[in-house]
Amino acid sequence: MQHSQVHSVETRNVEVWGGDVRTQVLVAGDGPPVVFLHPVLGLQWDPFLDLLAQSHTVYAPYLPGTAPGEPDAHKSITDNYELTLVYDEILDAVGVDESAAVIGHSFGGMVACDLAATFPARVSKLVLLCPIGLWTDGRAFNNPYLLELPELAVAAFADPTGPVAQAALAMPTDPEAMGEVLIALQWAMGVAGKYWWPIPDRGLDRRIHRITADTLVIWGEKDGIISPDYAQDFARLTGGRAEVLSGAAHVPQLERLDVVGPMVTEFLQG
Amino acid sequence: MKVSMVHLMPHRELPEDFTTRYKSVWVTPPWHELIDGEQAGRYYNQSIDELLHAAESGYDGIGVNEHHQNAYGFMPNPNLMGTALARLTNHLDVGILQIGSTLPSTQPAIRIAEEYAMLDCISGGRLIAGMPAGTSMDANQCMGIPPIEQRERYYEAYELIMKAWQSREPFAFNGRYTQLPSVNVWPRPIQDPHPPVWIPGLGSLSTWKFAAKHNHNYAMLSFFGSQMGKKVMDGFWSFVDEEGLDRNPYRASFAQMVCVADTDAQAEKLFKEHIRYFFDKCMHVPLPWWGLPGHLDHASLANGIRSGSAIRQMEIMANFKNFSYKDFVDKDIVIAGSPATVADKLVGAVKDLRVGNLMTLQHIGSMPHELTKESISLFCQDVLPKLRDVWDDEGWVNHWWPVKIRATRAV
Repeated sequence: MQHSQVHSVETRNVEVWGGDVRTQVLVAGDGPPVVFLHPVLGLQWDPFLDLLAQSHTVYAPYLPGTAPGEPDAHKSITDNYELTLVYDEILDAVGVDESAAVIGHSFGGMVACDLAATFPARVSKLVLLCPIGLWTDGRAFNNPYLLELPELAVAAFADPTGPVAQAALAMPTDPEAMGEVLIALQWAMGVAGKYWWPIPDRGLDRRIHRITADTLVIWGEKDGIISPDYAQDFARLTGGRAEVLSGAAHVPQLERLDVVGPMVTEFLQG
Repeated sequence: MKVSMVHLMPHRELPEDFTTRYKSVWVTPPWHELIDGEQAGRYYNQSIDELLHAAESGYDGIGVNEHHQNAYGFMPNPNLMGTALARLTNHLDVGILQIGSTLPSTQPAIRIAEEYAMLDCISGGRLIAGMPAGTSMDANQCMGIPPIEQRERYYEAYELIMKAWQSREPFAFNGRYTQLPSVNVWPRPIQDPHPPVWIPGLGSLSTWKFAAKHNHNYAMLSFFGSQMGKKVMDGFWSFVDEEGLDRNPYRASFAQMVCVADTDAQAEKLFKEHIRYFFDKCMHVPLPWWGLPGHLDHASLANGIRSGSAIRQMEIMANFKNFSYKDFVDKDIVIAGSPATVADKLVGAVKDLRVGNLMTLQHIGSMPHELTKESISLFCQDVLPKLRDVWDDEGWVNHWWPVKIRATRAV
């Protein structure tokens, strides 16, 4: 679990979906809005978000059901379509009611695509970091839910013993605090599973043509979770561009922050 | 006390190097390298014969369960086994314990209402209707159910089955996972309003709360034995108290591995390798697979981690490979020995756990057919008589046993 080193991060409570869904949105920084949609492990404020907050106001919603104290908030959301509508309402609730840039990582990338395909006018720019959502038989998909932590580290990081991976996967030493982190991680994965299990294909390929946003796809060439071969597919289907980076796996924005940071900032400003 | 023998129907001859050669006994073991249809047929028939032998030797019930894509126990449809067992035991006062068809992954779940009703009709009203939620390996991996939906699907399927059995008129069922315009099940069970319902569980909080709240039997399917099951059963009984329900011991069932030989030393000699086989090979599953994220609801997940029981279970399971025969027996993970030893331990265990229905696993791992039958015979001759009257002095009625066969079986 990581926290911002440089920004004060505000937690905003929102209530949407006719009052049935309560969740939280982390907000920090100054400048035009950028929305960040987190992966299955849940929302963690990391150095990538810190960097974005230097030039943007970052809005990072918790997937409903994964915000602290709201484990049941997923119950009234049935499927990916309803989840997309819920995100539309969450963004309205925090005042992101104009067209904004949206960044999605892994699972969050699939959610971001659906948001951009369902509400093309809401998403001006789309950044996809190793997104799930497309499926080709025979291509590698290493379901992270089946892995033990050391296996997950090897799959998700090009350098699993390096400082970036170690910081991202660090656990509190206090057993009680560690227990709470484990509960949060397990539950976040559980809730996210509702929208992708057992195969990360909920028909995005039939909707993706609706996306009008400029799209940048970024992948780590060593990704051991989902094949980087999908990078070109996402780029082709959105009319965007793909960047496959060395020295990175499933979390390129942390392992290659030096490259991804400027690349994304430039893309958002362009 | 009612005592049933439950069979897993495992692969009995996995190769020596199974655990080093293959990642898991569940989900991914390659059929064509490990077995063929003739061999499987032999196991199925041996398993049926062993259960039949148990029924003929004095057991009160015989039971089967449902698992998929594995060598641990491969009865993908327990009701196929149950039909054979029901027909073959029509002359005996023996319960047909289906422990049983997995609710969340049987679509639509109305099929369970139908198949169980068929079994109750064929058996003349001897069915005990187990309603499991299924393991994570089965439901989430083999059957593709998103883990977080497993429980919601379970509750919905439960509601559908219970209503389908009891409704006098056809009804529309508008569920989230199942929509049926006109539910009108043929046949209906003999037992009225429905067969006794057992809710099997591995110890998760939500399962035993559900069982107690609905006045069903909570059937703990633990492979950690009576000592380690104590905490779960204590939790169950304190919840029963909180709900203001009576402490009828027949509300609870407990599964226990049991091996009987002439002497304790003989038991070690005969069963040691098969116990080793079971815990090495049949439990060879990557630890995270037992409970994938979302498989437990939030309350059970938090309870398991905060109480330390999840970590303890993981440690025990990770440690099985280091256990000696003596460890398994000392910890009562397997109750094994002479009839006197086994009877002593079992009477102590069921009293300690306050369970009125005992399920024994008398076939373990690689145990061959004849050895299994001998162990069953010894159990029925010399152990079963000492268990039957354990709760008689308290005078409870076993509401969770088919009414027609509730009287004590003549031995």
